[in-house]
Amino acid sequence: MTIISGKKREKIDRLAELAARDEERGVSLWQDAFRRLRRNPAAIVGAIILIVFVLVALVGPFFVPYGPKDTMGIREGVVKVGQGLIPGPSAEHWLGYDHQGRDVFSRMIVGARQTLLVGVVATMIGLAIGALIGGVAGAAAGLGGRWGRWVDTTLMRFIDMLLAMPSLLLAVSIAALLGPSLITVMIAVGMVSVPVFARLLRGSMIAQSNSDYVLAATSLGVRKSKIALSHVLPNSLAPVIVQATLTLATAIIEAAALSYLGLGNPDSATPEWGVMLADAQPWLGIRPALAIYPAVAIIITALGFTLLGEAMREALDPKLRK
Amino acid sequence: MALLDVEELSVTFARRNQRTVRAVDGVSFSVDAGEVVGLVGESGCGKSVTSLAIMGLLPRQPGVQVGGKAVFDGTDLLQIDDRSRRDIRGRDIAMIFQDPLSSLNPVVPIGIQVTEVLTRHRGMKGQAAAKEAAQLLDRVGIPDPKRRLKEYPHQLSGGMRQRALIAMAVACQPRLLIADEPTTALDVTIQAQILELLKELVRDSGTALVMITHDLGVVAGMCDTINVLYGGRVVETARRRPLFRQPRHPYTVGLLSSVPRLDAGRGERLNPIPGSVRDLLPWPDGCAFAPRCARRVDACVGEPPELVLTHDGRSYRCVNPAPVPGLTPGEDVREVVPGQATPGSVPAQAVPNDPPAVPGLAAAPSEEETS
Repeated sequence: MTIISGKKREKIDRLAELAARDEERGVSLWQDAFRRLRRNPAAIVGAIILIVFVLVALVGPFFVPYGPKDTMGIREGVVKVGQGLIPGPSAEHWLGYDHQGRDVFSRMIVGARQTLLVGVVATMIGLAIGALIGGVAGAAAGLGGRWGRWVDTTLMRFIDMLLAMPSLLLAVSIAALLGPSLITVMIAVGMVSVPVFARLLRGSMIAQSNSDYVLAATSLGVRKSKIALSHVLPNSLAPVIVQATLTLATAIIEAAALSYLGLGNPDSATPEWGVMLADAQPWLGIRPALAIYPAVAIIITALGFTLLGEAMREALDPKLRK
Repeated sequence: MALLDVEELSVTFARRNQRTVRAVDGVSFSVDAGEVVGLVGESGCGKSVTSLAIMGLLPRQPGVQVGGKAVFDGTDLLQIDDRSRRDIRGRDIAMIFQDPLSSLNPVVPIGIQVTEVLTRHRGMKGQAAAKEAAQLLDRVGIPDPKRRLKEYPHQLSGGMRQRALIAMAVACQPRLLIADEPTTALDVTIQAQILELLKELVRDSGTALVMITHDLGVVAGMCDTINVLYGGRVVETARRRPLFRQPRHPYTVGLLSSVPRLDAGRGERLNPIPGSVRDLLPWPDGCAFAPRCARRVDACVGEPPELVLTHDGRSYRCVNPAPVPGLTPGEDVREVVPGQATPGSVPAQAVPNDPPAVPGLAAAPSEEETS
């Protein structure tokens, strides 16, 4: 059954081919967002910071000049904490020694890996649990019937309970409950971000449930579960992904805070920026730089994540799209 | 028997602390197989709510009440359970919406959205579904369908998107297609193409089409039978030619005379209907159109006008319809169907022909004229 006559059709086909040549194939929403991201200087700066950070975390530990746990300063008698002697930067030790005579530069490099690990895993935990709860609640509230509202209310009251507690207090209680370890820090920091992800995804899904394409899909008889998974969810993910980037920054800071409070990795010889910050506290009067190095590193990394996250928010915002 | 028989359909929206809105108030019309039926009226007259009610797409909330019947092929669509309703949607009845961009999922390629329907109702999967989807796109006149299947809605032009939506709607060869202002969001040139496509599909497959529109041009080009809606009621029903040649209800007359005409003189002004669709909130005892009507008489206020059937197969709800040249008023009336709760109302024949010189409306209008 042809609608258009053959000649007309050929003409249209030719035009379509011409148009296709100019236009890149299969430009999806994400590719479009990426293209806009590349034009944003803030995104470029953020991305460069992050790439450097990740590179250092991944390959840095293989190239450090000294072992991060090697207390050579004490052994060689250069570091005498009792006399307030902690030497600063030198040609051999670029950032000087710490209070146990270890090379700070090596510890910073090796610590990047731990810090990145904590940030990423904690964010993943928060994203997974939060998206699960928020996704179920959002689908139930937006598409479910009477039961849906009930499911939504139950889940979201639980989230509200989590949200009612100050985040650091919540993290501290979880960490204290589970006992100090690296895994504990990740779980504690992850749990803190669960309510944020859950509320974000739920709100986004409810908003999408009222859109025309959901109505159109319903009018074609598509099942509710299918609508929730293949129509509503993909459209609701953009703000969640942006939030994940921003959460990475706070996760690193919160992990540092937990380590600082002594709820982090009990093996304090393993370098991590938060632990290093905490360890430097007694020596602030003698060598304040020991605290400044990890603090600046944390700030710059968090800044990188935040810059990229904000730029992504702009790039993915449908209102700003042409 | 008609394919779809809508009888006394009513939809009310009740909101807390607000008066109940009667969006649709006793709408009746029928659609035969292969017929194109138009629902015409200006914004707010209940066209879209009628279609959503038939499809069961109104929000399921305590405040939303749907009454009456919508019998499709022997089953009342308003009574069946959710499961069978979902089975009917898309397979037997499909709908085309107004805005093709927002009716397509922006993050899912067209192909997946088309195959979804095929999978759901025809059990097709993988290659077979993709092939059928390409054929569907081809059928609705989308060039290079294989490539288009991989593309996203924003890469298609407005006309293409509406074609894709139509492809999804006709994927299972439904017996009834409801098009809710399918051309409103499109350019005029594209509008003509889409209407042509719909006409072709209806002619080829024998699908019945309910065309919801405010565009009289669309109606004139497509519909066999036309129902004019006002204030949630059907005020006039007629075949296409008689309606355009000789509108009877003053609202239809007003609609037709407010359309710009090519053959009108240069300085000639349009004749808009004064006022706007009243708030649907209270259904006054009387004709909803009375406050704006040029042929208003005293009898318009009081009882809702009854349905008048004429000898030439038309019907209207008006106590003082536009006269037909060569006929005395009331001569062509075949039957007056008593409306609900209208005992002892004035028979249509007894209504004086001319409107009163001074619109001396007794009770109700004071509130309406201020609104």
